[in-house]
Amino acid sequence: MRTKRKIMEALTFSGKLLLGIAVIFPLIYGFCLSFMGMADILSNPPVLISKRMSLANYQFALQRVPMLTYFKNTLIVCFIEVGAQILTASLAAYAFSFFEFKGRKTLFALVTATLMIPYESTLICNYLTVCNLRLTDTYLGLTLPFLASGMSIFLMRQFYMTLPRELKEAATIDGCGDMRFLFSIAFPLSLPATCSLALYRFIDAYNQYFWPLLVTNRDQMRTLQIGTGILKDSEAANYGLVLAAAMIVIIPAILFFIIGQKWLVKGMVAGAVKG
Amino acid sequence: MKTNVQKKRIFLPYLLLLPSLIILAMFVFYPFVKNIILSLTMTDVQGNIVKFVGFKNYARLFSNKTFLNSLSISFRFALIVGIPAFVIGFALALAATEQKRGSRIYETMYTMPLVIAAAPASVIWYMVFAPNTGMLNYLLHSNNAWLANPSSAIWCVAAVTVWSNLGMNVIFLLTGFRNVPPELIESSKIDGAGYWTRVRKVVVPMASPQIFFVVFYNIVTSFQTFAQVRLLTDGGPYYSTNVLIFQIYKEAFYNSRFYTACTMSVVLFFIIFVITRVQFFFEKKGVHY
Repeated sequence: MRTKRKIMEALTFSGKLLLGIAVIFPLIYGFCLSFMGMADILSNPPVLISKRMSLANYQFALQRVPMLTYFKNTLIVCFIEVGAQILTASLAAYAFSFFEFKGRKTLFALVTATLMIPYESTLICNYLTVCNLRLTDTYLGLTLPFLASGMSIFLMRQFYMTLPRELKEAATIDGCGDMRFLFSIAFPLSLPATCSLALYRFIDAYNQYFWPLLVTNRDQMRTLQIGTGILKDSEAANYGLVLAAAMIVIIPAILFFIIGQKWLVKGMVAGAVKG
Repeated sequence: MKTNVQKKRIFLPYLLLLPSLIILAMFVFYPFVKNIILSLTMTDVQGNIVKFVGFKNYARLFSNKTFLNSLSISFRFALIVGIPAFVIGFALALAATEQKRGSRIYETMYTMPLVIAAAPASVIWYMVFAPNTGMLNYLLHSNNAWLANPSSAIWCVAAVTVWSNLGMNVIFLLTGFRNVPPELIESSKIDGAGYWTRVRKVVVPMASPQIFFVVFYNIVTSFQTFAQVRLLTDGGPYYSTNVLIFQIYKEAFYNSRFYTACTMSVVLFFIIFVITRVQFFFEKKGVHY
């Protein structure tokens, strides 16, 4: 009986594992092809392993295509957006959760109202604004609409609401100022939740496509996503190169995901379902 | 001195809110309102208002074949993304629910598409769909130019979108499935309920908030799918993948007809708004917490 159960368990495990391999198969396929030359990529039937696999595509992608510049741009954009959003959201959330003031309810309703506005409804006019400010092809133009977000404010407020009110009173009696309370007590106490949020925002910023496509024209200012997309159109004859570029975009994201999975999932689930 | 401190306290919360409110006002509320205003005007190629035309843009739009075609493609797309994405996500989440040794491995695999951006995903899938030598043709023993054929192109874009959504779907459904109290599972086992009865009678009702969220998430994001369309088919062949958001993009940024683009994005906003209203309605009414 026991061996039978063990075999059954092993079978379901391998079944589930196979399902997983099926899900990530496109990634494996792309990964293998990214080491091949055109002849192997176009071989019929398709192959995953070939004797002539090399790093040539990667070398080409890093040396002849400004992948490293794209990478730098993406990182700068991510850090600006995440940093600014955490800062603006912390300040706003602190105001909403620890202060009584005129118009608090109205202002909070306004902030949550932004969650009902999808980005497509603001995209065109934001583009016109950034053009009028002559901010296309600048980091500011790339990040400006994302320096604050209603969702981040809302979530940070949720975190701060869980802190006991008495904490603030006790701190005030001990002579702790309002700003010091935020930076040395409230913020550190909600750091785990904040990190989850930051991680999720980071992935979001890393994967942005539509906005950077609109506001960048110069090659020097493009992000990884836009660079890869343009490479696909311009280097259609050199598919190994395009796949190598795609892999350069994907691999850091996957590593990031495997390391920060738990935190990331927490941040996401907090953001969507309040049940 | 004291009045000074008190004054500071009165202004402090407003000061704290100021940075957020400026950004939200400039880049959410202002463009949202301006978008509606532009939809009632004619604009020049720089997006400046030339004259007010009232609802003429809307009238023109609803007699425009390209727009109506985009609208119907968008709804069809929502259907052929929404159903498979939910079904596959549901199956994968069910498979991964039980946590035991090694389950983290396949759980990570099921959720991995989450972090793969649309651009590199499209590049890879482009190879899968390639004529002659692509993996799909090999697996099906066929020889089709999947992306160049107007009847199959939309399915290809949908497949990539379904794949991209899987990670999100699995994560949320998993959260729901794992939140089912173990006592409930145990007592249903004692009552002699089989696995599928248990899924139907216990797991699904208990995880209904997450299920509702995932269903609507797939529908809403399908209306926002842009990068895959741009990179796989560019709206073609013969407008067969020209979803609404892509038509908006073309009108605004290829043709510089910002007023038409704005009119269409008001329509898109309205569609998404109605869907999220329906979602809230169901969440309030029909969800078992």
